[in-house]
Amino acid sequence: MSQWLWLIPGTPLLGSLIILFLGSLLRRKHLAMVACCASAAAFLVVVLAWLTEATSQPLQQTLYTWVAVGEWRPMFGFTLDRLALVMVSIVSSVGLLVHLYSVPFMAEEADQRRYYFFLNLFLAGMLLLVLADNLLLLYLGWELVGLCSYALIGFWYRDPPCSNAGRKAFIVTRIGDTALALGIFLLFSQFHELSLSALLTNATTQWEKGSTLATLATLLILGGAVGKSAQLPLQVWLPDAMLGPSPVSALIHAATMVTAGVYLIARTHPLFELAPHTQWLVAAIGALTIVYGASAAVAQSDFKKVLAYSTISQIGYMFLALGCGAYAIALFHLTTHAFFKALLFLSAGAVIRASGDEHDINSLGKIGNHPSIARWTFLIGAASLAGVPFITAGFYSKDAILVTAWSAPTGPLLWIFAAFGALLTAIYIFRVYFLVFHGSGPRTSTISLPYFMSLPLLILALLSIVSGFIELPEGWPGPHLWSLWLADELAVATFPPLTITYTLQFITALLPLAGFSLALWLIQREQAYQSLPLANFLRSGWGFDAFYYAMLVRPYLALARILQAGESKEGITYIVVRPYRALARGVSDAVETLLIEGALTRITRGFLAFATFCRKGVEYKMLEAGITSLVAALRFSYTILSTTQNGFLSRYALVISTGAVFFLGYWLW
Amino acid sequence: MDWLSVLIFLPLFGGLWISLTGRNKTAFARWAALAVTSTELLISLCLWWGAVPNEEGYFYIIRAPWVPTMGIQFLLGMDGISLLLVLLTALLSPVVVLVSWNAVQRNWPAFAALLLATEAGIMGVFLSLDLVLFYVFWELMLVPMYFLIGLWGHERRLYAAYKFFLFTITGSLLMLIAILGLYFTHGKQTGIYTFDYFELLKINLPGNSEMWLMLGFFVAFAVKVPLFPIHSWLPDAHTEAPTAGSIFLAGLLLKTGAYGLLRFCLPLFPDASADFAPVGMILGIIGIFYGALLALVQEDMKRLIAYSSISHLGFVVFGIYAWNEESLNGAVLLMLAHGVTTGAMFAMVGMLEERSGTRLLAQLGGLLSPLPRLASLLLLFTLSAMSMPGLANFVGEFLVLAGVFQVSAGLAVAGALGIITGVVYLLWMYQRAMLGEITIKRAWTDLNRRETVSLGLLAFAVLWLGLYPAPFLDSLQIPVTAIIESKSSVPTGSIDALR
Repeated sequence: MSQWLWLIPGTPLLGSLIILFLGSLLRRKHLAMVACCASAAAFLVVVLAWLTEATSQPLQQTLYTWVAVGEWRPMFGFTLDRLALVMVSIVSSVGLLVHLYSVPFMAEEADQRRYYFFLNLFLAGMLLLVLADNLLLLYLGWELVGLCSYALIGFWYRDPPCSNAGRKAFIVTRIGDTALALGIFLLFSQFHELSLSALLTNATTQWEKGSTLATLATLLILGGAVGKSAQLPLQVWLPDAMLGPSPVSALIHAATMVTAGVYLIARTHPLFELAPHTQWLVAAIGALTIVYGASAAVAQSDFKKVLAYSTISQIGYMFLALGCGAYAIALFHLTTHAFFKALLFLSAGAVIRASGDEHDINSLGKIGNHPSIARWTFLIGAASLAGVPFITAGFYSKDAILVTAWSAPTGPLLWIFAAFGALLTAIYIFRVYFLVFHGSGPRTSTISLPYFMSLPLLILALLSIVSGFIELPEGWPGPHLWSLWLADELAVATFPPLTITYTLQFITALLPLAGFSLALWLIQREQAYQSLPLANFLRSGWGFDAFYYAMLVRPYLALARILQAGESKEGITYIVVRPYRALARGVSDAVETLLIEGALTRITRGFLAFATFCRKGVEYKMLEAGITSLVAALRFSYTILSTTQNGFLSRYALVISTGAVFFLGYWLW
Repeated sequence: MDWLSVLIFLPLFGGLWISLTGRNKTAFARWAALAVTSTELLISLCLWWGAVPNEEGYFYIIRAPWVPTMGIQFLLGMDGISLLLVLLTALLSPVVVLVSWNAVQRNWPAFAALLLATEAGIMGVFLSLDLVLFYVFWELMLVPMYFLIGLWGHERRLYAAYKFFLFTITGSLLMLIAILGLYFTHGKQTGIYTFDYFELLKINLPGNSEMWLMLGFFVAFAVKVPLFPIHSWLPDAHTEAPTAGSIFLAGLLLKTGAYGLLRFCLPLFPDASADFAPVGMILGIIGIFYGALLALVQEDMKRLIAYSSISHLGFVVFGIYAWNEESLNGAVLLMLAHGVTTGAMFAMVGMLEERSGTRLLAQLGGLLSPLPRLASLLLLFTLSAMSMPGLANFVGEFLVLAGVFQVSAGLAVAGALGIITGVVYLLWMYQRAMLGEITIKRAWTDLNRRETVSLGLLAFAVLWLGLYPAPFLDSLQIPVTAIIESKSSVPTGSIDALR
C-alpha cells in the first residue's frame, strides 16, 4: 500500500492537469466527468488504505528530493498515520460528494473548465497538506489550497465584489501564512530539520516545558492556523468568501480548508504541550471566536453569511478543544462539522439556486416553494449544528468539548463562553430555518432536485446523524471507539469528575431547546420590526472590516501614494541633477560671462581697433601714398617717353644714325 | 574547443554577420537571430550536461595572455553560479527574439545585432575572471542596451536611455578606480602585477583601503541591482525600453549586479563586506518595501513590474549579505526565478500592448474571458512572483529568509512581511488587468503558437525551479561553500548587533 500513497493527492492532480491541457477537446459534460472520476479515484484509494494495513501502522512514501542545501534535503514525501487517515477520509469523501453535487449545480455555467480545474487542484492540495511528512511540503499544500480558494471565491470574476473577496481572502490568509512560515524558519534554525517526525521528537527532547522558544514557535504556528481557520482576529475574509459558488463554500469554506488550522495544531501538538501559555491562548481564541461568530450570525440577513459566521464559531469549538488538550475530540467535532456544515451549505445552495439566486433570508421566505429534500436535509443539518440531544452527531461532539473545557485552566470561564455560544447557535440556525422555510411563501414544493444533487444531500444527512454514535459522551455506557482508536497518536482528553460531567451534559442538552424557543421569540420580534439591540454592529461582524480598513489599508495606501509623489518628483533630481545644473549655470554665469565673454569682447574690440588702425594707417596713408606716387611715376615716364614721338624727322634720323653707329661699333670692336 | 569563448563570440560575430549581410532582410534577421540564440542555449545545456567541477568548483577555465606586460589575461571560468546565470541568459535570449518577432517593426537586422551583442556582453560578464576583461564586458553590454532603449523604445525613450547610461557609467567608473587600486596594491605587496581573479583573492588588504575598494565595487553593483537610493533609472528604463529590452534589463542586467556582489565584493573583500553586511541587508529590506509600496500605486503595468523587480532584487541582496549557506543558495536561486518570472511578465505586458494598444491598468480589465490562455499564464507567473510554493520564486525566497533568520530574527520578520506586500500589489494588478468587466471591445486573439512556445518555455522553467530545484542547488554547493569560507575568519559580532 505504501507505494500507492502518492495516488491520493496524485489522482485529483492528474484530473486537474487533464482538464487544463485537454479541456478544450472535451465537452462540458465530460469535464465534469473527468473531475468526478479523479475525486472518486482518490476516495477509492483512501478506502483501500482503510481496508489494508494503514489502520495498524503509519504508511510512508518518499518520492524525490525537493530541495538540497548542504546537509538539509527535504523530500517530497508522504506519511499516512491515523490522524492523516481521518483527514483524508473526510476530505476525499466530502470532496467526492461536492464534485457530484456540482455536476447539475454548475451545468449552466460557461466556464466549467476553470471551475473543475481548481476544484480538483484544491482536492490535490488539501490531500497533500494532510499527507505531507515535512513542514515545507505541508506549506506547499497550505498555499495551494489558499490559491484554489482565491480562484473559486472569485469564480464569477466579472463581478468586482467577487474578485475583491477572493483577493481579500488570499491576502488575509497570507498574513497568517507568513506567521507560519516564520515558525518554520524558527524551527529550522533550531533543529536544521523540517521533517515532522524528527522535528517533534527533537523538540520534545531538547526543549523544556514552557521554554521561550517553544512558546514563540507555537505562537507563530498558531498565527498560521488562525488565518486559515478564520479565527479572531483574522476571521474577516470568510464571510466575504461566501460570494463563491455554494459547492465551493461547502467543500472549502466549511468542511475542509478552513479546518486545516485545526489539523495543523493537532499535527504539531507535542510542540503545543511544551508551551502551556500558547495552549491556553488557543483555547481563549477558540472561546472568544465561538461567541463572536455565533453572535454575528444571529443578526445576518444573507443566508450564506449566517452559515459562514456559524463556521467561524464552530471552528472556535475545535480550537477550544485543542487548547484544552483534547485533540481527538477536536478532530471528532471537525468530522461531524464537516458533514453537517457541508450539508447545510449544499441545502442552502439548492434553495438559493431554486429561488433565482436570492440570498436574503426574508425574501427567500416570501418566495417559498423550496425543494422539499433540501428543506428536510437543512433541518437535519440545523439540528446537528444546534446539537439537538441524542439523535444528532453535533450533540455528541459538542458535548464532549464543553465537558472537557471545564477541566482546563480557567475552565469554567471557557465553559461559559462555549455554552453561551451553543445557545446562540441554536438561536441563529433555527431563526434562519423558520425565516426561510416557514415564511409567507408557499410551503409545498413543485421543484424536484436532480439525482446528483439529492444523493449527496441524503448521504450527508445520514452522516450528520450517525457519525456521532461512534463516540458516546464520557460516563455513558457504550462505545468510545474514536478516542480509543486515536489514543496512540493523540492523548485522551481529561474530564471533570462524573457528577460535574453529568450536570454539564444535562445543561448542554437543554441549550438547543432553549435556543429553539428563543429563535421563535426573536422571529416574532423581527416580524414586528423590532430589531435586535446592536443589530448593525453584529451584522457587520463587530466592525472588524471598518477597523482594519481605517487602521491598515488606508495608511498603507497613503504611504504608497506619498512615496509615489516623492518618486515622481525624483529625489535624485534634487540631490544630483538640480545642483549639477545649478553648478553648470553658475559656471556659465561666472566663467562664461565674466571671463570668456569679457575676453571675447576685448579681443573683438582689439580686432576692431586693429582694423581701424589698419584702415587709417595702411589703407589711407600707405596705399594712397603708394598709388599717388605710382601715378606720378607713370606720369613722369609718360612725359619722357612722349618726347620720342614728337614727329620731327631730323630727330628720328639722328637717333637712327646714332643707333646704327653704336651697334656697328659694338659688332666690329 | 574552448566552448566558453564560443558562448561569448558566437553571438558577437553572429550579430555582426546579420547586420552586415542582412540589410533590409527582416525575415532573415529574425531566423538568424533565433538560430544563434538557440545554438547558445544548446551549447550551454551541453556544458551543464558535461560539467565536472575541479576542486575549486570550476567546470571550465580558459586562460590566454592578452596584454602580458600589464598582467591582463583572457581568463574565463565557469563555476556553478556562472553556469546557472549563463543558462538563464541562454534561455531568455531566444525568448526575447521570439517576443520581438512582430513587435519590432523597424530595422530588424540592426535590432538583432544589438540584441546579440548585449547577449555576448552579459555572457562575458558572467564568465570573465580577469578584472579588466570583466570591466570590458561590463561596459560592452551597456552600449547596445543604450541603443536598444534609445532607438526602439517608447515615448520617453531618449530620456530613459540617457538616464540609464549615466547612472551605470558613473557606477562602473568607480569600479574601474577600485580595480586599479586593487591592481596596484597587489602589485606593491607581491611584486606581481596582475588582474587575475584567483591571484587577487589571496590579497591581504589593510582595513581602511579594503573598505574603500569594496565600496567602489559595491556602488557599481548597487546601481545595477538596483538598491534603494540609486534605483531611479530602473523604472524609466524598464518602462521605456522595448519588450526585448525590458526582459534583458530585468532578467539579466540586474543579475549582473547581484552576481558582481557574489563574485567580487564578498570574496575579494571579506572583512569589509562583513562589516558592511548589516548596511547591505538594511538596504535590501528598504528595497523590498519601497518597491512593493510603489508598485501598488502604479497605473502603467510595465512600470509596476519594474518596481516589483526592485522589491525582488531587495530579497537577493538581503540573502547575499546574510551570508550563510541557505541564504546564498536562496539568493542565486531567486535570481534565476526572478529572471524567468519577471522576464515572462514583461513579455506578457508586451503582448497585451500589441493587442490592446495600452499598458494602463485603468484601461485594461476583464481579459480573462477573451484571452484565457494569456490570462492563465499570467496567473502562473504572478503566483510565482508572489512566491507561491511549487513555483520558482518560493524556494529562493524561503531559503533566503531561512538563512536570514539564523542571522537576525528581526530582519527575517521584516522580510517575511515583504512577501505579504508582494501579494497585495500583484493580486491588485491581476485583478485590474484580467478580472472584472471587459472594457475594451474589439476582436481579441489569444496567444498564437510563437507566443505560446516562448511563454511555455518560461512556464516550464518556473515549474521546474519550483518543484525540483535540487539539481540547480547541487551545482551551487562548492561555490557557495567557497564564499562562506572566505568569511570564516571574520567575527560575526557586527551582525549580531542587529538581533
